[in-house]
Amino acid sequence: MDAGVLVELARQFLLLSLLSIGGVNALIPEIHRQVVEVHGWMTDAQFTEIFAISQAAPGPNFLVVTLIGFFVAGLLGALVSTFAICGPASLLTYTVAHVWDRFREARWRILIQRALAPITVGLMFSAGYVLTRVADHSVGAYVMTAVSAAAMLWTRIHPLAMLAIAAVLGILGWI
Amino acid sequence: MSPRDATLEARTLPDARALFLAFLKVGVSGFGGVMPFAHRMLVERERWLDEREFLDVLSLCQFLPGPNIVNLSIVIGRRFAGPRGSLAAFAGLILMPMVIILALGVLYRVAGQVPQVKGAFSGVACAAAGLVVAMAVRMGRALRGSAWQIAVAVVAFAAIALVRWPLVWVLLGTVPVALWLASREKTR
Repeated sequence: MDAGVLVELARQFLLLSLLSIGGVNALIPEIHRQVVEVHGWMTDAQFTEIFAISQAAPGPNFLVVTLIGFFVAGLLGALVSTFAICGPASLLTYTVAHVWDRFREARWRILIQRALAPITVGLMFSAGYVLTRVADHSVGAYVMTAVSAAAMLWTRIHPLAMLAIAAVLGILGWI
Repeated sequence: MSPRDATLEARTLPDARALFLAFLKVGVSGFGGVMPFAHRMLVERERWLDEREFLDVLSLCQFLPGPNIVNLSIVIGRRFAGPRGSLAAFAGLILMPMVIILALGVLYRVAGQVPQVKGAFSGVACAAAGLVVAMAVRMGRALRGSAWQIAVAVVAFAAIALVRWPLVWVLLGTVPVALWLASREKTR
């Protein structure tokens, strides 16, 4: 295994750990840019399929990072990526936890939250846009994405049920 | 003794082992977000926190960068058992999901080229993109028509999704401006 790839994975995810202001899904456009466009570690199709697996699996959704690391550099890549995305943010959290009570009602804290909220929304729309663009190559695919989004917003269907329906339609070759 | 003190007395405080086991269960329970299960475990089942304490911890975890649920395991672990508690809770949280996702990764590598499997994966990929779009819409609704916030969201979207600038630069550009706009709004 090329140690350079591990170092690069670590470097990327250590930085992204501190930039992940809206959860890991908001990082998807940046992760796609890095692993597909900058490094060419995987294709668009592989990227979206890996993301799909991470959504269909139980557990926290930041594990998409684990899977990307695994795909790029095997088991070691998976471990390095996982600890890199959690490490810096966890250390920060550990350090700030005991002074938090003092700042809970502080004006600057509310200000920061007001400021970050719209940026997070922009990042989430970017994630939706990038995933749609790279996953959808047919009319059926766009319809599937639209139906799934609409169903999440206006029905009570469970996300997993939606993914299962899509899997069946995919096997039938309709997407 | 107030009722609140009584519930505090009744609590048994967890050690690292108990934290590990409790978060182990949380890790495998949720699909697409395990926070509701963490809430049930901490507040209803184990009673390590009351509702208010949970919300305080949650607001901290959402405020700081990093996966919220990981931050939660760090804070809860620390509160009851120091650094060992944080490590135990974190390890418990990620152990099983990591094993499961790596097993799925192996499966994908082995069977990913079989036409039916490939079909299933591309189908799920399209639907998964839809889930993210829905999440974005839901979060967008929370901006409640504040003009500057919508403008900032649009600029962030254009820079990241359309121009494809690196996230670091986009954040360095948008965060200060958004902070300035937010501070103006408060003083008015």
